[in-house]
Amino acid sequence: MTTRNNRTSLLLTLTEYGLYCAVGDFYIDPWQPVPRAVVTHAHSDHCVYGCQTYLVAQAGEHVCRMRLGETALLQTVAYGEATYLNGVRVSLHPAGHILGSAQIRVEYQGEVWVVSGDYKREADATCASFEVIPCHHFISEATFGLPIYHWQPSQAIFAQINQWWRNNAEHGKATILYCYALGKAQRVLAGIDASIGRVFTHGAVERLNQAYRASGVALPETVYAMSVGKVDYRGALIIAPVSARATSWVNRFGDHASGFASGWMRIRGARRQRAVDRGFVLSDHADWDGLLATIKATGAERVGVTHGYTAVLARRLLELGIDAYAIETRYRGETNDASEAELASET
Amino acid sequence: MKAFADLYTTLDETNKTNAKIEALRAYFQGAPPADAAWVLYFLIGRRPRRAIAVRKLAEWAAQEADIPDWLFSESYDAVGDIAETIALILPETGAVSELSLHDWVEARLLGLQGLPEPEQRTLILQAWREQSRQQRFIWNKLITGEFRVGVSQKLVTRALAEVSGLDEATLAHRLMGQWEPTPAFYQALLASEVQDAQISRPYPFFLAYPIEGDPAATLGEIHEWQTEWKWDGIRAQLIRRAGETFLWSRGEELVTDRYPEVVAAADQLPDGVVLDGELLPWKAGLVLPFAKLQQRIGRKSLSRKLLGDVPVIFLAYDLLEYNGVDWRAQPLHQRRAQLTEIIQAFSQEGPLLLSPLVQVDSWAALAEQREESRGRMVEGLMLKRIDSPYRVGRQRGDWWKWKIEPYTVDAVLINAQRGSGKRASLYTDYTFGVWDDAGNLIPFAKAYSGLTDAEIRQVDAFIRRNTLEKFGPVRTVKPELVFELAFEGIQQSSRHKSGIAVRFPRILRWRQDKPLAEADTLATIRAMLPTEA
Repeated sequence: MTTRNNRTSLLLTLTEYGLYCAVGDFYIDPWQPVPRAVVTHAHSDHCVYGCQTYLVAQAGEHVCRMRLGETALLQTVAYGEATYLNGVRVSLHPAGHILGSAQIRVEYQGEVWVVSGDYKREADATCASFEVIPCHHFISEATFGLPIYHWQPSQAIFAQINQWWRNNAEHGKATILYCYALGKAQRVLAGIDASIGRVFTHGAVERLNQAYRASGVALPETVYAMSVGKVDYRGALIIAPVSARATSWVNRFGDHASGFASGWMRIRGARRQRAVDRGFVLSDHADWDGLLATIKATGAERVGVTHGYTAVLARRLLELGIDAYAIETRYRGETNDASEAELASET
Repeated sequence: MKAFADLYTTLDETNKTNAKIEALRAYFQGAPPADAAWVLYFLIGRRPRRAIAVRKLAEWAAQEADIPDWLFSESYDAVGDIAETIALILPETGAVSELSLHDWVEARLLGLQGLPEPEQRTLILQAWREQSRQQRFIWNKLITGEFRVGVSQKLVTRALAEVSGLDEATLAHRLMGQWEPTPAFYQALLASEVQDAQISRPYPFFLAYPIEGDPAATLGEIHEWQTEWKWDGIRAQLIRRAGETFLWSRGEELVTDRYPEVVAAADQLPDGVVLDGELLPWKAGLVLPFAKLQQRIGRKSLSRKLLGDVPVIFLAYDLLEYNGVDWRAQPLHQRRAQLTEIIQAFSQEGPLLLSPLVQVDSWAALAEQREESRGRMVEGLMLKRIDSPYRVGRQRGDWWKWKIEPYTVDAVLINAQRGSGKRASLYTDYTFGVWDDAGNLIPFAKAYSGLTDAEIRQVDAFIRRNTLEKFGPVRTVKPELVFELAFEGIQQSSRHKSGIAVRFPRILRWRQDKPLAEADTLATIRAMLPTEA
């Protein structure tokens, strides 16, 4: 990237509705309804209901539609394809977070900003892989912005899950794996060895499975647990959102082992608070090294840090000679210092 | 080390008692005695003297991970456990150590004692580089000595009983007192017959549960029960064997040298006698507040003045051994009769006294007596079935405690600190304040328990969003949340800013209905103080 002198540029500014491009008159991941939203992905803290129009990645059309309803005005664009909004060049590029997740590249008069949304660097069978987009100004997430967060390759995690499931099956137990219904559930389904036993799902997961399948993502056969009568669940795997834990919904499965797949499971206390038997450290976000490497790779002169450990990551970037700042304001007015437990309970 | 790390993981990953016992049983069945002895030692909460300050470990780990100290602190703040934080930030090397646990402990851990700091640092870094992440976690735990894996001594004893075929009470007894974690000890522990050569070994204490409901309705005839006051001191066991005296606290700490006046009297006991009782601060025939006893606890050098100000007595409850024979299976009334005879030989001024009986003819009369507890500076009553044996550990049925209702106040959350164990990543240790006359909140009590997990998470989130200042691990919090606290005793104290010290404070409930201004005042609490004698 060529160096620029225009350090005070405000192509994107923070308003009470979220990140705003005044020239292009659009918001990126607004947290309140606005006339025109450009959305990185369909998770609820990025994709708010009620905007007049949405611009999303084509790959994410089905999942966004599921979240926003039939009447929402969705405009889709292929990854890498340019759209012009009031003369501002806008393009969406894979973020590797979930199906249809995108980084938003905004270019105006030779100045390039990229808003990462949530992202991960490891390949994922259920979505396109992250691409490094060179830019002047990069706005990065920091959900796992602490050096304690380091991910093992997902293949190793899937092997752990398979082994655990197989072991439970041998002991005549059902296996309930809790995870985020959108993204993580489908990534897990695509990663496990479905020959071990039957796979059942909670309704919230099953709806999204359909959206994934409609988008052309191959998933093993799953059965919506409420659609069948009395079933012998011994040896089966049940995929459910965290919100189903400790509700009467799980009683139907009889004797079972429970697990939770999330980056938060890296910390022992986080798993023990949830009272699940096993924690599987599987995240759809970049780990500490992934965040630092990505930020450096963009070549950005200035880096905004949002979502999660913003202050920590920004301070570390400054120490490493990268001009960084924390974007403190957040959706629902929370501080960034919310507890692990609280963050982990968001789906 | 690998087998122990696996055991630790298995124990950590289940909440089910049977699964824990099964994992322990499988481990002890296959483990070499040299390793098993150490595992037992650590799991039941014993630890060698700490060779290295935790602060140093953190500093070296941060250097090894190439991160500044502030970033280590932020990481620790998220994890809440120093051993785990270190294990998580160290660079992964792919190494896995094949060294056995006893080698790690005896050659590597104990070898750190007394070395100059640079050598300790070199050895620690070397150790970390040889270990997997999970092994590092265990190793750090061995150094810091803070094992918490949801396994009680009772659970370990039960697993060992299954492995050895011995009964739990025998094992619990053999695990009391001082022992070294050697293969010889471990083998003797599990052997069917042993010569117990250890004259200092105490018996496991029999502990009571609180009574549920009205004793008149559930316990039958009052004449079947021996009733005593429930004293507020330190439960202890006094041993006189082979011409020597030993005094053990319930925490299995040998405290013989802390209470010379008690020991001097106990030297006059007949040989082969073990008494269960309570250490109490006592003057002129009256018990002193527990706060007085605290001046004696932990004090090894005792001034003449302190011995004069806070004399301590041993109030005998029970007779566990007589003439060198284990008397625990004898019915209580027989033990009490023999105990009475023994204690009668001593002065009624102390320091060896008999726990007085509360003699009444009806449950109603007993209930009336209980109402006088506070005036007598006791916590309530103990009810013991007269034909009961002296059992092991906390058990229902034969012994009950019938405590008086606690004091309660509404206080304001003002400071918070992280918890430990499974609450390590949450703010769960709170300081509460009450209003003084000038309208300031004065710190008054600390409490750690009493909220549900869901409430703890809500309060934790509140604390993080409403932190005013941080002082080391302590956050001062915007005064807003009001809680109802309960406590047992209340005393004047010059060591507390409020001028008041309370016993066993805990949270009864979160008063979400109560505005800040309506929390209690210091004046209200002072009014609860016992009138000066």
